[in-house]
Amino acid sequence: MTEVNIKYFASLREALGPGERRQTQALTVGQLRDELIALGAPYAQALERQRPVRAALNQVMSEEDQPLSEGCELAFFPPVTGG
Amino acid sequence: MSARVTIQTADFDLSAEVAALRAGDLRVGAVCSFVGTVRDRHAHLERGSAVAQGEVQSLELEHYPGMTEKAIEAMIDAALERFDIYAARVVHRVGLMLPTEQIVLVAVSSAHRGESFAACEFLMDYLKTQAPFWKKEVTPEGARWVDARVSDDAALARWGLKLGNG
Repeated sequence: MTEVNIKYFASLREALGPGERRQTQALTVGQLRDELIALGAPYAQALERQRPVRAALNQVMSEEDQPLSEGCELAFFPPVTGG
Repeated sequence: MSARVTIQTADFDLSAEVAALRAGDLRVGAVCSFVGTVRDRHAHLERGSAVAQGEVQSLELEHYPGMTEKAIEAMIDAALERFDIYAARVVHRVGLMLPTEQIVLVAVSSAHRGESFAACEFLMDYLKTQAPFWKKEVTPEGARWVDARVSDDAALARWGLKLGNG
């Protein structure tokens, strides 16, 4: 099991809260997203695969095949719209 | 050396920022700056293409504290490597803003104008699709999160950076 510090921003924060610490068997960013989706509402809707969701691992933009590590910080959020 | 990146709720002073950027640097012959402002209307998008115009009463900007600063610092490092520039400065506001208010400043100094113009545009294109900010618009119909634009990904791709935002 790996402990991951999950954060959510923007519309995902409104749906899921600011974040949570979670023990997971997921090995990658994408596997953790699927694990959350499998929990059902409200995760399944907020993180559903048809929706564009981006991730940052330890505060760097990340692809879904990136491996998780003990105590890592993983953020999920919609496409960015600054500037 | 003063800070290169500042995230703040308060407004900024373009003249003061530009003066600080080039203060005492006798090599500087060009400064290019870009200021993004809040418009009173926004294009409602479907699959990244405009379908209608809506009225905007205010804008709420959220960011990812910590990552935002790191991401923009990395963008400035990339600009310094890619262009023959001397310095760059980014100020981005967060929180509540009203139409006509300033949102973002990018300023770059160099010996000649070409490199400053290019680096300023590069930094804005990069920031638009890779810095963790999110805009929420308040309209007469209610509040809504702004959609990302496909054209912003295309703008970044011009620089040879294939980093999507979808």
